[in-house]
Amino acid sequence: MIGIVGYGSYLPRYRIKVDLIAKQWGADTEAIKRGLMLYEKTVPGTDEDTITISVEAAKYALQRARIDPQKIGAVYIGSESHPYAVKPSATILIDALGIGPHVHVASYEFACKAGTEAMYVAYSLVKAGEMEYALGIGADTSQGAPGDALEYSASAGGSAFIMGKENVVAEILFTNSYTSDTPDFWRREHEFYPRHAGRFTGEPAYFKHIHNAGKNLLEKSGLSPKDFQFAVFHMPNGKFPQEAGKKLGFTKEQMEVGWISPWMGNTYSGSSPTGLSAILDVAKPGDKIFMVSFGSGAGSDGFIYKVTNEIDKVRDLAPKLRDMLDNDKIYLDYGEYAKFRKKIILNE
Amino acid sequence: MISPRYHREIPQRYRLEAGKCKQCGNISFPPRLVCPKCKSKSFETVQLGREGKILTFTIIRVGPDKFSKETPYVVAIIELNDGVRLTAQVSDCDVDKVAIGDKVKLVFRKIQDEGKSGLHCYGYKAVLT
Repeated sequence: MIGIVGYGSYLPRYRIKVDLIAKQWGADTEAIKRGLMLYEKTVPGTDEDTITISVEAAKYALQRARIDPQKIGAVYIGSESHPYAVKPSATILIDALGIGPHVHVASYEFACKAGTEAMYVAYSLVKAGEMEYALGIGADTSQGAPGDALEYSASAGGSAFIMGKENVVAEILFTNSYTSDTPDFWRREHEFYPRHAGRFTGEPAYFKHIHNAGKNLLEKSGLSPKDFQFAVFHMPNGKFPQEAGKKLGFTKEQMEVGWISPWMGNTYSGSSPTGLSAILDVAKPGDKIFMVSFGSGAGSDGFIYKVTNEIDKVRDLAPKLRDMLDNDKIYLDYGEYAKFRKKIILNE
Repeated sequence: MISPRYHREIPQRYRLEAGKCKQCGNISFPPRLVCPKCKSKSFETVQLGREGKILTFTIIRVGPDKFSKETPYVVAIIELNDGVRLTAQVSDCDVDKVAIGDKVKLVFRKIQDEGKSGLHCYGYKAVLT
């Protein structure tokens, strides 16, 4: 049996309500809330970035996995906001958590699906018998240009998953990826904010890739939506994942637990992985979970998990996602948010 | 902080590695060459726990150049549960509500940047629990 042996998530405490962003740009607050189904989003502290978020999430994953960090043979961090253009984020993470130095590390990048890329490669290396454990992480402090639609959703957070063969809490039964050259969103080198193609990011990009990856995954597995207790899809806003899931045949009830974007925003590479984390916090042994990510550019990774009896032994060993999402929040006004996100031009 | 010094301090700043005297058990953080209690030169490396409490603190309202945009912020002397004391910034808090005796845990955060194009320097900071 191969799958997740430990999982952990981390969300910053800071939040901004979409009302304040809408007010700043003279937008119709109710229309934004209704159209995007977003209410507030996480904001990283000035001392937080993809590396610090990854370290905290991976620390919780290690607490749940209860393994010697030295046994981890690979660490991959997927993000579109790696703090360094040249220096893998995981070089810092392994030294913080006592992993390695006999370990393979890399930074992955694929817009919002870099996290599931890291998870897929970590899983594949364990499956190939190359190593006992591998760690895949999706984390971001995503950027949205001031006044752009992305500013309402681009948020911060991440999740870490240790893959292994012993004491598996969620077995990975099937995977499937779907990728094409679809220029719906990109960021050129040295540019601070990404660009996107507006409505083109919807039907030809997000919906097409999620649907095809999901449909193929169902066909491959011989399962149908009613065989699953939970489903989670990439959450660029609150509205898209509900529509994508419905089109594949999933119900609102199956998607409810993992649907956290209205209060978290879009944590990009940490989006569907963090939804998965919320599901694992409440799932029962035997439950099946359907998950499809999406990364602009564009591609989707799909996974089918089956929760095992081990879940009851580990879920209370680290903080739960819903607690981090709902409690101890510190709300910022737009000025503080602009300062935190370095949107204000300062003298050297 | 210059890069070589930052690299040398990684075991302490990232993993809280301390020196435990093999003769009297006294823990030194950062590690020392000679035990301040029994003068032994024999140590084992131990990793400190991350939980403790605030012994005392100050609120920095006029910071040095590098931190002038971060003010006000709290710097505290923290006693960890294993008795070791260290100095750390207290992050994610309302500075006017921090009090002596508050329980804290140490988390991994960015401490500073070496200018616009230099290293990001990471280490421990405290948050209230």
